[in-house]
Amino acid sequence: MTMIRETYVNAAIMLLLLGIPVWAHVAGQPFTITLATKVAILAMAGVGLNIALGLGGMVSLGHAVFFGIGGYSMGILAHHAQTFTPLMEVPLLIEGTKFMPVIWVVAVAVSALVALAIGALSLRTGGVYFIMITLAFGQMFYYFAISWPAYGGEDGLSIFVRNDFPGLNTLVPIQFFAIAFVALSLSLTLSHLIARSRFGLALGAARQNAERVQTVGLDPMRVKLVAFVISGAITGLAGALFADLNRFVAPTMFSWHLSGELIIFIILGGIGRLFGPVVGAGLFILLEHFLGGLSEFWLIYVGAILLGVVLFARGGLIGALSGREVAHD
Amino acid sequence: MSILLLIEQILNGLQFGLMLFLISAGLTLIFGVMGIINLAHGSLYMVGAFAAAAGAAATGSFVLGLAAALMAAAIAGVIVEVLVIRRLYDRDHLDQVLATFALILIFSEGTRWVFGSFPLYLDVPDFLSGAVTLPGGIPYPLYRLTIILIGLAVAAGLFLLIAKTRVGIRIRAGESDREMIAALGVDISKLYTLVFALGAGLAGFAGALVGAIQSVQVGMGEPMLILAFVTIVIGGIGSIKGAFVGAILVGLTDTLGRFLLPVLFGAFMEPASANSVGSALASMLIYILMAGVLIFRPTGLYGKA
Repeated sequence: MTMIRETYVNAAIMLLLLGIPVWAHVAGQPFTITLATKVAILAMAGVGLNIALGLGGMVSLGHAVFFGIGGYSMGILAHHAQTFTPLMEVPLLIEGTKFMPVIWVVAVAVSALVALAIGALSLRTGGVYFIMITLAFGQMFYYFAISWPAYGGEDGLSIFVRNDFPGLNTLVPIQFFAIAFVALSLSLTLSHLIARSRFGLALGAARQNAERVQTVGLDPMRVKLVAFVISGAITGLAGALFADLNRFVAPTMFSWHLSGELIIFIILGGIGRLFGPVVGAGLFILLEHFLGGLSEFWLIYVGAILLGVVLFARGGLIGALSGREVAHD
Repeated sequence: MSILLLIEQILNGLQFGLMLFLISAGLTLIFGVMGIINLAHGSLYMVGAFAAAAGAAATGSFVLGLAAALMAAAIAGVIVEVLVIRRLYDRDHLDQVLATFALILIFSEGTRWVFGSFPLYLDVPDFLSGAVTLPGGIPYPLYRLTIILIGLAVAAGLFLLIAKTRVGIRIRAGESDREMIAALGVDISKLYTLVFALGAGLAGFAGALVGAIQSVQVGMGEPMLILAFVTIVIGGIGSIKGAFVGAILVGLTDTLGRFLLPVLFGAFMEPASANSVGSALASMLIYILMAGVLIFRPTGLYGKA
């Protein structure tokens, strides 16, 4: 019964996310479209994190690393393309590019590789160690991006024109929104398929009881590592899109505040729910927009709301709307 | 590169490590005894620094400023423990991370609200300014030497407190078996508040001492929090001894890395790029150290398996 209600809630969420920018396009309000695009992209980063956090129980406080890697993949490739300098000459010539699909493939591949390295190290231990280690590695990338001068250092990199996608004019806000919306929908579908698959079941089991998973002949650490890599790759792709939205990358994309905010999206929406990050990202952007207009110190309210949700309302907004208690395990 | 400069950098690394120990000790105690991961520990460090700057400005006395830092951070710790942390003992780590992240937002923005966005300055007092000459003719700032000595004294005091006093016995008992010491009639909730206040006070004290060298500003606690995490991951979570060894290791590695790596790369690269490669690599050095420890000892140098 309540499962069905949650499905309706989810459908309503997607219609709303699609409907608002379409309305804004007709009404000639490009800023609203940009806000909706931002929601879709941040939601996608949250969907990526949710695979590690919600399904796998891995509390990663360093997911901004992948967001930043995706962003810098786009930034570095487009920077070389716009300055007509090769990325690398020896041993083989690599040129920059402004072509989105290539940028995305690079963003996904590099973030997956980094996730593999960080995951392999952090999963050697669990629990609170995992949180601290992912946070620490996140900070390592942040400081590296600041102190490495080749790509702008602390100032970041500006990309003058948004990258190209065949058949679309990406500078038109609604067309770029369409790209972000499709990407979000695909990542939600993938997340849903993973949750329902044999792999997803093994992952859920590894979260709840690693020893039992081991006794049936599966390696829980390997299952978790694969999930962490998929999770990092999706967040990395979201980072590439986010950088394209702003036409700018900076070390702040690696900042641990962003990692915290990604977790907040999941919690505001409701942990363990497929559409939780979408609702959470939407709420967060709305809060930023409206509270930010009211007070310079709007984050203090976000802190208070978050504290209230954590201490008293663990089901998040979807939980409140669909009337289902969150499952404990 | 002169040997004098190297010794000065070693002392700076030691000083940095000892301040890191004051923060890490509280963090690791709070985790060891209460099972809480407290991201807001860096905020308590910041509270101490601001209280010291405000206290010293109001009274004109650095020592009173230090006392204000200790008090303010400990009181903030008690309030936070009673209002928030107490509700988190039975929760999972995710809830603890989120609630204490929320506390960071509230502390940081609240401080910005009260003190504004501009950094405050806490001056080194007259009787501690200037340099002393160490044996061997090495000039070294008196203030930094003083905080090395204070750091060592506090570390020794903390070890004595944990090893010899009644409170220390209870803290150690709380670490090994929470239910049992509650059953033996120790008021566990008072003990938790005490441990949290002790950790907070140490962090605030460190914030005040460091505040006189750097500027006092919102967000100053977060880099220190993350370094403290690296420290206790290296040392082993829950171990005070591990926190001490980890802190000194991190302090020395970071300070000497920033000093030596550009020199090292300068031996075979042109100075400008040697400097940038060296400093970029130096900023990653402690994390590489942490990764190395994780590969060989996943639970840290002194952690329980």
